[in-house]
Amino acid sequence: MAKTSKTIIPIGPYHPLQEEPEFFKLHVEGEKVVELEIEIGYNHRGIEKLAENLTYDQVPFLVERICGICSSSHPFASVQAIEDVGPLDIPERARYIRTFIGELERIHSHLLWLGLAGHFLGYNTVWMWAWKHREPVLDLFELLTGNRNHYGMMKPGGVRRDIADEDLPRVMQTLDGLVKPVLMFRDVALSDPVLQARTKNVGVLSRQDCIDLGALGPTARSSDYDIDVRRDHPYAAYDRVKFNVITTKNGDVFDKVVVRVLEMLESVSICKQCVEKLREVRDGIDANYKEIPPGEGIGLHEAPRGEVFHYTRSDGTNKPVRYKIRAPSYMNVPTNKRACVGYTVSDATITLAAIDPCYCCTERTLVVEAGTGKRLMNGKDLLGLSQEKTRKMLEKYGSRMDKIWT
Amino acid sequence: MADAVVQGTKSRFGEAILEVFEKTPTRTYITVDPTRLPDVAEYLYKDLGCRFSIATGMHMAHGIEILYHFAEDRGNRFVNLRVVLDARRPSIDSIALRVPAAEWIEREMHELLGIEFKGHPDMRHLLLTDDWPEGNWPLRRDWKEWKGGGNGQDK
Repeated sequence: MAKTSKTIIPIGPYHPLQEEPEFFKLHVEGEKVVELEIEIGYNHRGIEKLAENLTYDQVPFLVERICGICSSSHPFASVQAIEDVGPLDIPERARYIRTFIGELERIHSHLLWLGLAGHFLGYNTVWMWAWKHREPVLDLFELLTGNRNHYGMMKPGGVRRDIADEDLPRVMQTLDGLVKPVLMFRDVALSDPVLQARTKNVGVLSRQDCIDLGALGPTARSSDYDIDVRRDHPYAAYDRVKFNVITTKNGDVFDKVVVRVLEMLESVSICKQCVEKLREVRDGIDANYKEIPPGEGIGLHEAPRGEVFHYTRSDGTNKPVRYKIRAPSYMNVPTNKRACVGYTVSDATITLAAIDPCYCCTERTLVVEAGTGKRLMNGKDLLGLSQEKTRKMLEKYGSRMDKIWT
Repeated sequence: MADAVVQGTKSRFGEAILEVFEKTPTRTYITVDPTRLPDVAEYLYKDLGCRFSIATGMHMAHGIEILYHFAEDRGNRFVNLRVVLDARRPSIDSIALRVPAAEWIEREMHELLGIEFKGHPDMRHLLLTDDWPEGNWPLRRDWKEWKGGGNGQDK
């Protein structure tokens, strides 16, 4: 790469850092990122249009297919949008079950992100450990809902499956078992000097940037922008349980890790409170609504990545006239425009990943020299660049983690 | 705080506020004159500190409707500004320069519903391909799906 000329590094459209195919063009001068262009639309499936042809019973199942990781976030918001048309009330027990599912999902989603963040930084130990502890959560989902993902729990008016009393001891056991590993991540991984060097003051997003671009969820909260739909617009049973909204001040990648790790502890606490309530509250799980009146409704849910927004317009028939969906990444992805600029290419990998656009695509990154189109680097090289940086630091400073974990 | 939105917008914009519908304590719908919409949006966003959540465009029998959803996070309320545009030539001033978070959704509504956002800084396609044919808006009611598939130019 010539040092004086500007080079464009395309990341995507298919790349493992991204939940959906997105196309980032990093404009770099030498190693430094000077501009970022974002192109989306590679995975546009027309779900809003599809929803207009489905009945209200079917819509939650359609929107469940939007995301494979936080798969109950969209149905959660969807059923609330449909109920808000009425507005219709739902049984107390269904509220606690919804809250429980939502929080358990947050735990597994954050653990997944933590593992991948570790992998991108070259800490495969973090990856293996995080995913190891995510496994019991998925097993729990399988026990309670029949599926490790895509639980199909939400329906307008309540939930589709009850949680049996005999499963509750296993639930409590799994939740208790999660606290120790999460604390381990908090105490060991986050105090590691190399991990700190790689993530502190990297990809900093200011509070004003968050307000301007409408950032949501952990991305906003790590920049001291204190918003959380669970507290600000209470729904399901969130006004009936106690929890803290975690915020940090710096807005860098490190703080985004801290927020997510501490949020897992809060989620464990919320889940436990729900389990206690499930032992007492027995007013059914479904209000059995037969029709949705004409009108419009807004449904919200604080997904692991931020506020999910659903809007529906009803004309009194069994199908929505218009169905609007806004996932949190729609607002969070543009923040990369500000978060990546001014840092090096090897930092871009983790910065792009730090907003947690879930990851499930094939890898195909190319670094092309501007003008000639000569291939310089592919996705593997870029990932290698990030891991190599950590490896060099490890040699220089040594790691606390290696001492403890090997 | 709750009344700052309804009373504030009413006293400040007067006749530009066509209708206020407080459906529930947490959901308020305000119909606004399209020519004053950017000012009302800016007032909610800058003066009252509301968060721009998203906008919804829809093709209804009475025209193209846009709902701008603002979250009043400290007041547990969603304030929705509604404008109705003529479906034959829907056009409205962009709010993207005043509310930066609206940039993408205006691009999306432009390509899916054919709404013109005057003064938008970057009106390229967002979701559809760059070679998507002009004048084909998938979320319009009169839009016909192409049998040829692809980007619509195959046929």
